[in-house]
Amino acid sequence: MQATEKAPVTSVKADPVLLRVQGAFKHFPISGLGGLSVRAVDGVDLEIRRGETLGLVGESGCGKSTLARLITALLPVTAGKIILDGQDITRLRGRKLRRVRRKMQMIFQDPFASLDPRMTVGGILQEPLDNFGIGSGSDRTRRVQELLRLVGLNPNFNNRYPHEFSGGQRQRIGIARALAVNPSFIVCDEAVSALDVSIQAQIINLLQDLQNEFNLTYLFIAHDLAVVRHLSDRIAVMYLGKVVETADRNDIYDRPQHPYTKALLSSIPVPDPVVERDRAPISLKGEIPSPVNPPSGCRFHPRCPIARAPGVCSEVEPLLEPHGARDQSAACHFAGQA
Amino acid sequence: MATAIGIAQPVDWDVPEQTGLWKDAWIRFRRNRLAVAGLVVVIILVVMAFGARLPGTPGGLWKILHLAGDPFTQDVTNTYALPSLQHPMGTDILGRDLMARVFYGASISLTIGIVVQFLILFIGGSIGMAAGYFGGWIDNLLMRFTDIMFAFPDLLLVLVFVAAFGPSFWSIFIALGLVYWTNLARLVRGQVLSIKEKEYVEAAIMTGTSPLKLIWKHLVPNSLGPVIVTLTFGIPAAIFTEAALSFLGIGIRPPEPSWGVMIEDGYAGIFADPLQVIFPAIAVAFTMLSFTFIGDGLRDALDPRMKR
Repeated sequence: MQATEKAPVTSVKADPVLLRVQGAFKHFPISGLGGLSVRAVDGVDLEIRRGETLGLVGESGCGKSTLARLITALLPVTAGKIILDGQDITRLRGRKLRRVRRKMQMIFQDPFASLDPRMTVGGILQEPLDNFGIGSGSDRTRRVQELLRLVGLNPNFNNRYPHEFSGGQRQRIGIARALAVNPSFIVCDEAVSALDVSIQAQIINLLQDLQNEFNLTYLFIAHDLAVVRHLSDRIAVMYLGKVVETADRNDIYDRPQHPYTKALLSSIPVPDPVVERDRAPISLKGEIPSPVNPPSGCRFHPRCPIARAPGVCSEVEPLLEPHGARDQSAACHFAGQA
Repeated sequence: MATAIGIAQPVDWDVPEQTGLWKDAWIRFRRNRLAVAGLVVVIILVVMAFGARLPGTPGGLWKILHLAGDPFTQDVTNTYALPSLQHPMGTDILGRDLMARVFYGASISLTIGIVVQFLILFIGGSIGMAAGYFGGWIDNLLMRFTDIMFAFPDLLLVLVFVAAFGPSFWSIFIALGLVYWTNLARLVRGQVLSIKEKEYVEAAIMTGTSPLKLIWKHLVPNSLGPVIVTLTFGIPAAIFTEAALSFLGIGIRPPEPSWGVMIEDGYAGIFADPLQVIFPAIAVAFTMLSFTFIGDGLRDALDPRMKR
């Protein structure tokens, strides 16, 4: 068993890609509506490279959090594959799945809901150590204190309860929990969205420090493009269950190819009152359509400022293809125009 | 790893005085005067009941201390006696000391009321937990079964069970458990359904917690508050049902004096001596009221949304 497990590990060391999402679908059936389902994630391909931070942005309800739960195997995929470190984890169950979780952790959105109110901070941080049999009794206590120190909390807080902490402090505890098992990949599901702006900056700096320290790979999910820009190496934009554009951080901000990305970027306020006054943000028509019955062709066409509908945009679904800079792809028939 | 000390920005390390969750709850409970009064009454009742049954004291501790008579010694020359120094509550139709019987009855009523809750917790808790945790067809099956059990009139079903098992302390105990678990099963299922969706449960799964550990360390402790409250409200309900059964003549068998038995005994001579019914009835009423107040207090004290 040792030998069979070791072999792929050495071979994938050369692979720069840590996580591959291949044609991932997640449809939630709506009971009582005969076959209808919410198509939360509807065919996503994604690659995350070792040591990088991939920012995933999109409006609320576009399927970001569902995708995070598919990647972390908290939800089973309807179709498609999630490959972590060369291992297909989509069909793993029970003990095998638990073993994968030593490599991959998650930081949750709501610091008030992600810590068990009935457990002490020490208990919360020790749980992963107990589950994976890391260290002996006294080692674990020491490790818990070390983790608290690592995220900037008093190591003697281990016998306190979560309700005694502020939102930012709780999020630090959540980060410490994710670090407990020494993972190589961490999914941050809107990890700073629930925090005040000043606290957001602290947490983002902490995440960056930890990334440098432990050579972590992040999938950073947010709906705030400014935060994502600061943290990410590459960025993927999601719309209604699909990835519509991926590119290096600078390319996507300087030369967005997809009209949806453009609209998202133009919604970021500029911290200069003169520029801001004359700026004309692109405002999209209507609302995000229902993921139960997405529009035909390009899903964005009913709201798109450059769509030709009726025409190719309402009839043919565009594929995610190279456009613009190197390493940049967009799913648009008229990428780069507008 | 040790080199990482200080890489994070120092944050506010001031945290208020540590208070455990249970200590917090106790502080909130103490503020509720009715609940505390209820608790005091229940403690007095428990002492009364315990003294009446204390091993090594024939006739009970109260008789030895000359505070009450013997609950079983008959004195046919002194029936239906009015309250006096010797018999503070008077005597019954067979001349037995009424107060001794009320005290002794407390032990039976309280034991039934409290012990049945453990059976209810076991049956209702496991069914609700299984339904909520597994969901799907298991949930459907268990909950439809619960609905069916719930649909029968409670007292009628208890009567059927007691009739089937034969009247004894244990058959009442089992019958009450088999009938009154449905509410708790529904409650636990609802609790588990909502807790299952919480991020801390996802986080526990993410950090490799096995299903059994997940139930025991996260789902059970977090659903405990409302369960304790429901069980507390269940105590007076069980006492009342036992009294009703005894009144109907199929509960505790004479000469064992449960409060229900005493009310039934006294009912025959209610016009000759209404005290026969009034004293045990007051005992039942006080006990029910006390547990209800305690339940109210616990509900507020254990609700994490209630701030101190």
